[in-house]
Amino acid sequence: MASRNTIVAHVEDRPGVLARVASLFRRRGFNIESLTVGQCEEPGLSRMTIVVDGDDHQVDQVCRQLFKLIDVVSIFDITYEPMVDRELALIKVSATNFNRREVLDVVEMFRADVVDVHSDSLIVQILGDEGKVNAALGMFQQFGVLEMVRTGRVAMRRGVETSKPPPVSDSQQAAAAVRAMLGRRPEGVLPFASD
Amino acid sequence: MRLSGAEILMECLRAEGVDVFFGYPGGVVLPLYHKLGAYPDVKHVLVRHEQAAAHAADGYARVSGRTGVCLATSGPGATNLVTGITTAHMDSVPIVVITGNVARDLIGRDGFQEADITGITLPITKHNYLLMRASEIAQAVKEAFHIASTGRKGPVLVDIPKDVFIEEADWDGYPTDVSLRGYPIMDIPRDDEVAVAADVINSAKKPIIIAGHGVVQSGAAAELRQLAELADVPVLTTLLGISGFPDDHPLSFGFLGMHGHFYANMAADRADVVIGIGMRFDDRAMGRFKDFNPTARIVHIDIDPAEIGKNFHTHAPVNGDVRETLLRLLPRLEPVSHPQWRAEIEAIKADHPTNYIDEGTAVTGPWLVQALAEETEGQATVVTGVGQHQMWGAQYYPYTRPRQWVTSGGLGTMGYEVPAAMGAQFAQQEPVWSICGDGGFQMTSQELQTVREHDLPVRFAIFNNGFLGMVRQWQELFYENNYHSVDIGQPDFVKLAEAYGIPGLRATTRAEARQVIREAEALDGPVVIDFQLEPEENVWPMVPAGAALSETIESAEDL
Ligand SMILES: Cc1cc2nc3c(=O)[nH]c(=O)nc-3n(C[C@H](O)[C@H](O)[C@H](O)COP(=O)(O)OP(=O)(O)OC[C@H]3O[C@@H](n4cnc5c(N)ncnc54)[C@H](O)[C@@H]3O)c2cc1C
Ligand SMILES: Cc1ncc(C[n+]2csc(CCOP(=O)(O)OP(=O)(O)O)c2C)c(N)n1
Repeated sequence: MASRNTIVAHVEDRPGVLARVASLFRRRGFNIESLTVGQCEEPGLSRMTIVVDGDDHQVDQVCRQLFKLIDVVSIFDITYEPMVDRELALIKVSATNFNRREVLDVVEMFRADVVDVHSDSLIVQILGDEGKVNAALGMFQQFGVLEMVRTGRVAMRRGVETSKPPPVSDSQQAAAAVRAMLGRRPEGVLPFASD
Repeated sequence: MRLSGAEILMECLRAEGVDVFFGYPGGVVLPLYHKLGAYPDVKHVLVRHEQAAAHAADGYARVSGRTGVCLATSGPGATNLVTGITTAHMDSVPIVVITGNVARDLIGRDGFQEADITGITLPITKHNYLLMRASEIAQAVKEAFHIASTGRKGPVLVDIPKDVFIEEADWDGYPTDVSLRGYPIMDIPRDDEVAVAADVINSAKKPIIIAGHGVVQSGAAAELRQLAELADVPVLTTLLGISGFPDDHPLSFGFLGMHGHFYANMAADRADVVIGIGMRFDDRAMGRFKDFNPTARIVHIDIDPAEIGKNFHTHAPVNGDVRETLLRLLPRLEPVSHPQWRAEIEAIKADHPTNYIDEGTAVTGPWLVQALAEETEGQATVVTGVGQHQMWGAQYYPYTRPRQWVTSGGLGTMGYEVPAAMGAQFAQQEPVWSICGDGGFQMTSQELQTVREHDLPVRFAIFNNGFLGMVRQWQELFYENNYHSVDIGQPDFVKLAEAYGIPGLRATTRAEARQVIREAEALDGPVVIDFQLEPEENVWPMVPAGAALSETIESAEDL
């Protein structure tokens, strides 16, 4: 039971798609922790990585409800898959002649980069999974974090498996593909539990 | 051929076979109205309020099984549709809604009468479009009808700026195909899911079916009946499932839920297998979720994957169209009978009959619905508003034909009764009976003018109890009898009808009531009947809000 779940969605690259997705999350009371959208390998589609809070049942509902949007072409819950996930953060750290060396030590420790220098501050760019970004942020806090921005998670399954929309030629295949995508639902007969 | 956007839209509606649509003009749709005269076969019905246009399209769709169409201008015209669109959305009714918008260069600049109707309707449509080119209209309209009328049906809105109606584009005929990657049709169920469902049903000792709106929408009444008879399963319906299984069938045990039949609620509570078919386990149907029959195993057949497991854990989910699923399920079922189980429910029914009619002369809701049923031989198409009269209409009329029962369930929209009945009447010749609340009727009675204009034989039966009855009932039972804002005044309904040129009748006793029903039946055109009801009659049985089905009460003394 993961509380931070990673969903990958491919959506038609059309005006208003983000609003549709956001409207759905708001209306259903789902909590988005982060949502990133960008281009992907297929022209005409955008790829979203969505991190949501919730138990298995809620995440299952998120996927099923999202898929009802006509503009959502595919949806994969990759929470339990081996994956690479990355986040980029820009952290503006207070740094003067007095402590700059110490700040740079931390930068180095995290194999981060300094992308801007000023007499009273540095901007550190850090790339990694959220654990790494959190840890770095924690360390920089001692110097004073003036401003910070994180992109939110982007993720991709490891190995040759993808989260791309499956190619389909007929409607039967399409239905089968969708049911496989929405596959978190446990199969067979289970003890009763409601609400 | 080059056509204007307006002409392209009308060609599309014609190609879709739209014979009637409901609309109201305004500035930005004038280029469209300018062309309507050239399309007399696509009949435009001028309503008197846009809300009515949406409800009329909805009523037309529910009775005909086809997609209803309505039209409004930008801004206030479009926003007036919102209640009607939401009503259709909650009950998955296929309608296509066309709105005009301000010219393209004014969009986003708060142009006169600009409303972001695609934004406003995001959560209340199955899908919507804002078209920025005349060349997009044909494909979008094709998709709109396809999306509205397939899978889990629902409203689709197409918003067209004024200058797009005027712009010309090539017209090469109505598109034949849609290609929507994100919208596969999920009609055909998976074999393994059907097999598990069959196993669960075959192993049941005390099964029940809860048949929902999906049975009606899928056209699966015959298959449902086969299933019930083959596996000897008592059938309950939801409020919207009514008419999907004949009320006079020996396996029919009414509808379940907040105001369902007592024996239906008990059967649902005692079953060992609950087979939900084309229904969404709504809280009004199921009572308090966590105390709904905790030992039952649940089979759920639904075309919408998001409905499966939404409110209840499902032991045997089957994602698919009801009819397609039942056709595959039937051969896997063992013919069995459950005489003991049936006898158990029959016994509850004998002890707690619904057809309880007190002696007397006063007109009560239950009596009146049964009188209507007798006089119409149970054959009428019945449309209702929302409230006590709606519940009586559901409880006491014997429905035997799919689509014979039309009501707003999910949104519970008062005022639905007048325009929805009007729309329904455009879908059939035989007169429609509209069971109206005196409150609801006052919300949309302006449509009497439209009804008069088209000489529609709708019989508006106002269940006039002088109160917002259902709210009054709650105030009586749960708010210490403290009536506030429920004693609703009203015009003289007979005179009101006459002011519209419609005959108005009134009945205060049972004898008069029968008399006026017969008079009404003899009329060819519309009629309004003011039935003066017992003012403080309550609807029973009842599952108090937040209670479980097992806690159904049959009178105030049980509280
Ligand atoms: C005053 C009031 C009192 C009410 N009291 C009750 C009550 O006592 N009992 C009651 O039941 N309701 C009651 N309701 C109505 C209730 O709110 C719901 O509207 C109703 O229970 C929904 O019924 P449904 O699930 O059958 O239909 P819908 O809400 O229309 O749901 C239909 C379901 O079937 C599926 N479906 C659609 N088409 C197909 C297809 N072709 N194949 C397979 N699946 C399909 C859909 O995906 C959906 O899940 C009341 C409403 C009001 C206003
Ligand atoms: C548009 C709208 N507003 C308010 C309500 C809340 N409501 C539900 S039933 C009801 C009373 C309905 O009164 P009436 O139409 O006279 O019917 P009755 O219950 O008396 O049969 C009200 C106000 C509603 N369902 N719809």
